Amino acid sequence: MKRKILAGLLTGCITVSVFSSPVIAAAAENSTESDPVVLRVCNWEEYIDEGDWDEEETIDLPGGDIIGENSMVEDFEEWYKEAYGREVIVEYSTFGTNEDLYNMLTLGDVYDLVCPSEYMIMKLMAEDRLEPLSEEFFDETNENNYYVNGVSPYIRDIFDSKEIQGESWGTYAAGYMWGVTGIVYNPDVLTAEEASTWKVLQDPAYNRQVTIKDNVRDSYFAAVGAVKSELLTSEEFLNDPDYSARLEEEMNDTSDETVAAVETWLQSVKNNVYSFETDSGKADMITGKVVANYQWSGDAVYTMDQADEDDYTLAFAVPQESTNIYFDGWVMLKSGISEDPDKKQAAEAFINFLSRGDNTVRNMYYIGYTSVISGGEDTTVYDYMEWNYGAEDDEEETEEYDVSYFFAGEGSDPEDYVLTAPADQVERQLMAQYPSEDVISRSSIMIYFDDEQSRQINQMWTNVRCYNIFQMPVGVVILIAAAVIVLLIGLIRRTVKNRKTA
Amino acid sequence: MNFSRKSLGIPYGVFLVIFVAAPLFVLFYYAFTNGQGQFTIANFTGFFTNPNAIGTLVYSLALALVTTAVCLLIAYPVAYILATSSLKSKGVIVMIFVMPMWINFSLRITALKEVLTLLEGNLALHPFLNSVVGMTYDFLPFMILPIYTTIEKLDGSLREAAMDLGADPVHTFLQITLPLSVPGILSGVSMVFLPAMTNYVVLDMMYNSTYIMGSLIGSYFSAYNWNGGSMIALILLAIICLFTLLTNEKNSGTNRGGALL
Repeated sequence: MKRKILAGLLTGCITVSVFSSPVIAAAAENSTESDPVVLRVCNWEEYIDEGDWDEEETIDLPGGDIIGENSMVEDFEEWYKEAYGREVIVEYSTFGTNEDLYNMLTLGDVYDLVCPSEYMIMKLMAEDRLEPLSEEFFDETNENNYYVNGVSPYIRDIFDSKEIQGESWGTYAAGYMWGVTGIVYNPDVLTAEEASTWKVLQDPAYNRQVTIKDNVRDSYFAAVGAVKSELLTSEEFLNDPDYSARLEEEMNDTSDETVAAVETWLQSVKNNVYSFETDSGKADMITGKVVANYQWSGDAVYTMDQADEDDYTLAFAVPQESTNIYFDGWVMLKSGISEDPDKKQAAEAFINFLSRGDNTVRNMYYIGYTSVISGGEDTTVYDYMEWNYGAEDDEEETEEYDVSYFFAGEGSDPEDYVLTAPADQVERQLMAQYPSEDVISRSSIMIYFDDEQSRQINQMWTNVRCYNIFQMPVGVVILIAAAVIVLLIGLIRRTVKNRKTA
Repeated sequence: MNFSRKSLGIPYGVFLVIFVAAPLFVLFYYAFTNGQGQFTIANFTGFFTNPNAIGTLVYSLALALVTTAVCLLIAYPVAYILATSSLKSKGVIVMIFVMPMWINFSLRITALKEVLTLLEGNLALHPFLNSVVGMTYDFLPFMILPIYTTIEKLDGSLREAAMDLGADPVHTFLQITLPLSVPGILSGVSMVFLPAMTNYVVLDMMYNSTYIMGSLIGSYFSAYNWNGGSMIALILLAIICLFTLLTNEKNSGTNRGGALL
C-alpha cells in the first residue's frame, strides 16, 4: 500500500514536471503584445503613497501643485500604458522585516521586484539571486529614465563604489529611501551634547527613560559605538587620512573581543532602558514616557512632527562616534523575472516612475523618509525641502544649511543648494531628513554578516535577551522545580486513582 | 454518487489535513533535520544543553505558574459567589466578566498599560509584575467560566446532606464543594497555564525585555534557524500533550463553559 502511494506521488510529480515546462514555454511564446505584463512587487509596509489625500494637503511648489489622488501603483499602471502602449498589472504585497522577506523567498514566494535594505541586498547578491539592471536603465538620453537622471550624485557614488564579490551594488540595485540612525530626545531634559553619544543609553541619569531598538543589527551598531567611543572620538582617529575606511572597519568589527564587549554592554543597558522596541518608542516619546529614543531618521521626523502637533518639542541628535547610514533599494529577482524581457522592462519602468520628481515628493510626504532622488535638472525635490523647512521672511533666527553634497551635480553651483532655515531646524526635522555634511562624514554602512559571524552575533543576542539558568537565583529554580514536580505528582496520582475506580 | 452522512465529514477531513496534519508534519520534519535536510537529533540535545534555552523555559514556567495561581485565587471566589448566590442579576455579572473578551486583546492591553503607568509611574521598573498583571487580565475569564459552570451544576442536595449531618460551612466547602469542583479548576488551569507560557505579545507590550518560549522561537526564525525553532515548538507541544493527558477527564462535562464564550 505504502509503495503504491509513493509510486503514485512520484508519477504525479514526474508528469507535472514533464508537462508543465513545455506548456509554460508555449504560453510565453504565444503571448502577444496585447497581453498585460504582470509585475509582482513586494515592498515594506506603508512605504509608498496610497493616495486619497485631502484637498488641504496639496503641496504647492513653484513647479505646480502636488497631490496624491490615486495610489502610486494605480498611477503607475496608467502611466505605463501611456508611455509604452502596453498594459501592466501590478500585484503589490508587503513584508515586515528583511528577515521575513528572506524567509518568504526561501519558502518559495515569487516576486519580480523587492525593496530590502542594503545588507539584505548584499546577501541576495552574494547568493546570486538578483537580476542585474539593464543598460537601457542607465541611458541618460531617455527622458523616461527618471532614476538615472534624478538620483543624487552622492547616493549614486556609494552604490557604484560599494562592492560585494567584485560587483558594485549599483549593478543590481536602484536606491529608494535612505537615512541615518540617531537619538530623538527631549531638549527640556537633555542637552544636544548629552544626546549625541551612544552612551546615553547606558546613562544611569536616565534610568528606564531611554529606549533601544529590538533588533540585533541596530543594537549591535549602537553597542559598538558606545564600547569604542573613546577611540572613535579621539583626535588621532578623526585625523587619520583613512578615516572613513577605518571607521567602517571598526563599526563592522565582529572579533571575539568586540562581540564579548558588546554583550556585556547590552546586558547592562538591558537594565537601564525602558524597552527594546520596534514601534512603541515613537508613541512613548510623544507621550513623555521616555526622554530619549534610538531611532531611524525617517521615524524621527515622524515623531517630531507628531510632537509638534501637540505643542511638545523634540529634537534629533546624531552620536559623535558614528551613525549607521542605511539604504532601501529596488532589486529584481532572478526567480521572478525568469529572463522575461517584458517583465524586466516593466520592473525598471516602475523604479523610474517612483523616481519622477512629483512622485518622489508624494512618497516622501506620505512615509516621512528621505528619497535617494535629488532631481538632477528637475528642482521639485529641492523645492519640496524648501517648502518644508525654508525660513519665512519674518523668521528671527535663521541659519544657512548646506545640502550641496546631496543635491549638487556636475556643472551645478554648490552655493545654489544652501538653504536658509529656522535655526532650530538644524537640530530637528531638517537635520534628520537631510543630515549635514558633518554627520555624513562620520557615517558608516553596516555590511551583512556571513553565516559564522551571524551565528556568533545571534548567540550573543540570545544571551542578552534570555534568562540564563546559571544566573537565576538557586532558590527560585528550586521553588519552580518543586512546584512543577508537586503539580505533576498530584496529576499522576489523580489519573491513576481515576483509572482504578473506573 | 451516493450521498451519505459520511460525505458531510469530507470538508472537515480536508480542513484537518491542511491545517493540522500538514503543519505538524512540517514541524516534525524541520525539528529533526539540519539545514541541509539530513536527519539529526542535534536540535533536541542542543535545547537541553543550552543554558539560555533552559533558563527561558524556567522563566516561562515561573511566569505561567504565578499567572495561573493569581488567576485561580481571583477566579475561584468570584465563580463560587456567582454560582451559589441567589442574585437575580447573575447573568449580568457573568457578562461583565465575559464582555472584555469581545474587545481586541491588544487594545485592552494598551489601555491597561496606561492605567498601570498611572499607578506605578515607570512601567519598566517592574517587568515581571506587569507581565503577570497583563496576562491575568487577559486570561481571567478562561479561569472563571469553567469553574463557574462546574459549581453551578453541582448537585445541591450533597451540600444539604453534609449540613444535615452536622458539618459546618467550612467543612462542607472543603470536603464537598471543593473536591467536586476540581474538574472545573483543572480545565481552567489548562486554559491559562499553557497560553501563558508562550504569549510573548503581552511581554512585548508590557516592556518586559526577557524572552519567553514564544519569543525564543521567533528569534530562531528571524535568524533563519527554522530547525532549532521547530524543535522548541515541538518540545512545547510535548509539554502541552503531557499536561492535557494528565488533566483529561473521560466523562466530565466540565468543558462546557466554552458555550458562554
